[in-house]
Amino acid sequence: MNPNLTRVTGFVGFALLVVLVFLLPEWISTFRAQQFAYVGIYLIALLGLNILTGYTGQISLGHGAFMAIGGYTTALLMAGNEQFGQEGLLGIGGGMKDVWTIPIAGLVAGLFGLAFGLPALRLSGLYLALATFAIAVALPSVVKRFEEFSGGGSGVNLFGLPELTAGIIPVDIAGRELVFNDWLYYLCWSIALVLFGIAWLILRGRTGRAFRAVRDSETAAVSSGVSLAHYKTLAFGISAAYAGVAGSLFAIATTFVNPDTFPIALSIFLLVGVVVGGLGGLSGLVVGAIFIQFLPLWAQGEGVASRLPGFIVDRTKEPGAPAIIYGIVLILLMFFLPNGVGGLFRRAGQTLTRWRYSRSG
Amino acid sequence: MVAAAFADFMQQVVSGLASGGVYAALALALVIIHRSTGVINFSQGEMATLCTYIAWTLTVNHGWSYWPAFVATVGFSFLFGVVTHRVVIRPVERGNVLRVVIVTIGLLIAINGFVVWQWSGEPQALASPFGTDTLDIGGVIVSVGDIGTIAVTIGIVILLWLLFQFTKVGLALRAAAVNPNEARLVGVRVTWMLALGWGLAAVLGAVAGMLTAPSVGLDPQMMQPILIYAFAAAILGGIDSPLGAVVGGLTLGVMLNLIGVYVDFVGAELKLPVALLVILVVLLVKPSGLFGRPEVKRV
Repeated sequence: MNPNLTRVTGFVGFALLVVLVFLLPEWISTFRAQQFAYVGIYLIALLGLNILTGYTGQISLGHGAFMAIGGYTTALLMAGNEQFGQEGLLGIGGGMKDVWTIPIAGLVAGLFGLAFGLPALRLSGLYLALATFAIAVALPSVVKRFEEFSGGGSGVNLFGLPELTAGIIPVDIAGRELVFNDWLYYLCWSIALVLFGIAWLILRGRTGRAFRAVRDSETAAVSSGVSLAHYKTLAFGISAAYAGVAGSLFAIATTFVNPDTFPIALSIFLLVGVVVGGLGGLSGLVVGAIFIQFLPLWAQGEGVASRLPGFIVDRTKEPGAPAIIYGIVLILLMFFLPNGVGGLFRRAGQTLTRWRYSRSG
Repeated sequence: MVAAAFADFMQQVVSGLASGGVYAALALALVIIHRSTGVINFSQGEMATLCTYIAWTLTVNHGWSYWPAFVATVGFSFLFGVVTHRVVIRPVERGNVLRVVIVTIGLLIAINGFVVWQWSGEPQALASPFGTDTLDIGGVIVSVGDIGTIAVTIGIVILLWLLFQFTKVGLALRAAAVNPNEARLVGVRVTWMLALGWGLAAVLGAVAGMLTAPSVGLDPQMMQPILIYAFAAAILGGIDSPLGAVVGGLTLGVMLNLIGVYVDFVGAELKLPVALLVILVVLLVKPSGLFGRPEVKRV
């Protein structure tokens, strides 16, 4: 496909996305706006995970752990942990406004990512997947154990804090009154779109090329002078920082964190979202994020279950049926869309180009 | 005093061996699948849970006694594993490993949903075939259930070893795992061998499930922590080594039990993180595990 044309369609597509994102709240209820805010949050996490898994080839099954680090950073900076009896070095007074905690959360998670990236250099493929999985599974019980620092199993509550923007009274932005859900929507999507642009900038240049070289063949990358240690650690750091920002927004959106806010299922769904969206592409991730947020809701909804024949979904045995549908849809997607939705986009783009050139030529 | 402490210690070792036997069986299932197909089956635990529920239905609703139900369930689980491989895994086997991983995760979600849908989320009791008696062996009190669990695990492992080492099918299974292309050239039906591997793994999982259900209680989430212990055991022993999986499982079972009882800081809450610490340490210090061969890549 002609690279210039790719770039032009890319820009046009992105501009359309921006316009759509900012107009969407006009047409939907504030309840829906909150659901779409979560889509924005998942998009941020998926962008980060795709930098690591799709572009650098390092599978992570534990990105929920980095989200948890971001979420807890935000929660503790806002609410403080002195209320649980923590004093001294790790005692955090709280009282920070929510928006200022977001970059700090990204930074803290990014540092953890760099730190984890170093030992992860020794691992690859499924071993890395299992190691990251181990971290995500272990994290909730570790958080529960260090109760004074983290609030233990009961977590940290943010609801009603003055630090939460638009939490009680609507916020006034450019002459418009925004209630919490609408404010949340714009906050999440502004950050998501900026981070989308940053991801694109990182991946198009020298760094992105080095990432892809590491993914395609580590041996070839090393012999071309790409430092594996440098780029793998960097990918982990960037990816974790994205997850940290997503976790921070997640904490703000739920106005609450506890160890079960970031379960192992979250890590798994993030990987699912990346694969559904398409590894090694950015545009499909929007669909991946929508998939994570809405497929479980859709599978639970009235519509699907009642339309399926009775022997598949017995309405009297409601629990469990959505999970069956979810699992089967996931498997079928892997059968029929091996390269995710991004792959579908690419194929559509190629068809478009071929059509255009065959007509003019 | 010392004698009592020692008896106490030995009791913990025996009950650790019993739970270790369960970890070993499931770890062995993971190893068999990883050796032949190169993937980690995340749905291994849920497949085992489903089979255990079938055993429960046979004993409670249809009045079978434990051992006939055990045998019937083993047969069912074998078919279940074979069919799963043929229908769900084989279409995605070539290409990106991640696809297979996601498919096994899809299976995990779907099977778990099916179990909840069919049998509800409420815990059920599966009677132990060994009763609840205890034996006094030189001052050490051990439960018959623990000994039975250890015995059944060892029996299954020996049977499998005999199958792999001394039968023609076993030879074909090993050939298909080591070098599928050359195996195909000498007439081994490789895809059927892979399906057979999935069947055997499902049998191991079902046995692990039926052995563990009497002590922990049967519910849809029963096998999830055990699957993680099995991961840890397989990594500890070396993910390509069947012997390693067994030794790793038993070691892990004893170790976790002793740490849980004697190290106050850990207690019952942090047992799972300790198992995961084992995974991390082994992966960092010796990624091939205790018995595995280091991976050599061809450039």
